[in-house]
Amino acid sequence: MPQLILIIGIGNEYRSDDAVGLVVARALQARKLSGASILEATGEGIALMEVWKSSDAVILVDAVASGAPAGTIHQLDVQTSPISPDFFALSTHAFGVAQAIELARVLGDLPPRLVVYGIEARRFVAGTGLSPEVERAAHATVERVARLAQSWLQS
Amino acid sequence: MNSKTIKVDMLARVEGEGALYVRLKGDQVADVKFKIFEPPRFFEALLRGRSFADAPDITARICGICPVAYQMSAVHAMEDAFGVQIDPQIRALRRLLYCGEWIESHTLHVFMLHAPDFLGYADVVQMAKDHPVVVKRALELKKVGNAVITLLGGRAIHPVNVRVGGFYKVPSKRELAPLAEQLKWARDAALETVRWTAGLPFPDFEQDYEFVALQHPKEYPFNEGRLVSNKGLNIAVREYDETFVEEHIPYTNALHSRLKARGAYFVGPLARYSLNFDRLSPLAQEAARAAGLGTICQNPFESIIVRSIEILYACDEALHLIDAYEMPERPAAEIPPCAATGYACTEAPRGMLYHRYQLDETGQILDAKIVPPTSQNQKIIEDDLRRFIPQVLQLPEEQLTWRCEQTIRNYDPCISCATHFLKLHITRE
Repeated sequence: MPQLILIIGIGNEYRSDDAVGLVVARALQARKLSGASILEATGEGIALMEVWKSSDAVILVDAVASGAPAGTIHQLDVQTSPISPDFFALSTHAFGVAQAIELARVLGDLPPRLVVYGIEARRFVAGTGLSPEVERAAHATVERVARLAQSWLQS
Repeated sequence: MNSKTIKVDMLARVEGEGALYVRLKGDQVADVKFKIFEPPRFFEALLRGRSFADAPDITARICGICPVAYQMSAVHAMEDAFGVQIDPQIRALRRLLYCGEWIESHTLHVFMLHAPDFLGYADVVQMAKDHPVVVKRALELKKVGNAVITLLGGRAIHPVNVRVGGFYKVPSKRELAPLAEQLKWARDAALETVRWTAGLPFPDFEQDYEFVALQHPKEYPFNEGRLVSNKGLNIAVREYDETFVEEHIPYTNALHSRLKARGAYFVGPLARYSLNFDRLSPLAQEAARAAGLGTICQNPFESIIVRSIEILYACDEALHLIDAYEMPERPAAEIPPCAATGYACTEAPRGMLYHRYQLDETGQILDAKIVPPTSQNQKIIEDDLRRFIPQVLQLPEEQLTWRCEQTIRNYDPCISCATHFLKLHITRE
């Protein structure tokens, strides 16, 4: 049974649907889940590796652009599924969530439990506010994260 | 645990988009277009109507990698507008905060983003399989930068302790002491990093650039000085708008910045180093010489060594600042708002960052202008590609693409300031 579950919401609140991870984190914060600590992050990978290092159970929530319909919720159990390396070649500067997870895997630093909720976004343009389908997905994700955290605490 | 596995091709923080189009005609480069979409325009609009006091925290959100640079340019511009004098120890703490950002950001770039290019790895994950010790040391080094920012900024990711006039809370001398222990380790690790990067293979590619950076009479520049170049520029920061111009280019949303008199110019570590070598600490100068660099570096691929030297300098300088620190009597100066315009440049890790604010008598922002380093370097990046591609034109497509990416990564163009994804399109005719 994990001592404390770390929930990290990732996003930029000025980039439309990219803010969805933050929206989920704030909704979970308001619920005051016992046994869970909630953080907001920009998604810079090394900072993530640092914050999850001392946790044995981590849930990440971030926006995703995979081509699926907007509002789709992807649940990835990182222990069993690598994040596609196709992503890495695209970035000139970012060291993001996917790289952090795969680097931690290589270095043997992955938390024993790490689940990522990726919410398919529609718009990443400058601006505030979520698309309606992403907003609905955010509400659904809050429920799923809360249930998963609960089940981990009782396991 | 009940979970389903779905393959997602991109799990991403999309904070901008970039694309590079290269058109080759036989063995000639017919066209190079480096296309970016940049958020600062949006932030400039967002700032209008807000209080001057909001600017440091709002602009920090432009970049997840270098928020300190945005905060420092914002606070200096506001203090310039209101004619505020800063306590020398507040100034020292700001330099210390900047040291943290340079350590953190340069380490990220050197090891995670740029080194794999030189060693022939697709990314740092592949590199870590063969060089776990190097990568682990890099993570530790970056952590020291984070520790500096966390202590002074209140938290690691987006510092919240910075305000116009100073800080909300300043540390005691005793609170800084544990940082010094970490920085001593980091200084050794940085020295090791300079040696390591000096051993990487570099293409022969020296160019005659116009370097532009801040220059301070005594210090290696972080947050103060005149804007100088190796081709005769020497102006006060408030003369920026008269000297530099931003142009709309049909194929990109980002503005291209150029010197009115001469055109393209180069900002960032290479410019700072080449204009301010004599202001580096003796240890950093010695390490640069041992690495085989002269006092001027004109090969952009060697920027990876120069960044390492700047990490070393930042560790060294941070230790000096902590050693000399005396806790100031008050954490921030009084701010008397007045109708005015304020100007500031500071040296973000990837180059000079310009802010200008026009304010009314209550301190409300009427107009804001932010010019990030990446947009200033955009022209030079294109020029480098135009000149470098002929050297590697005979390579197979995949390697040619990789060499183009490496050329762009010399500049460490910023995701959040300018671009996140870079899509390469090479067409041959």
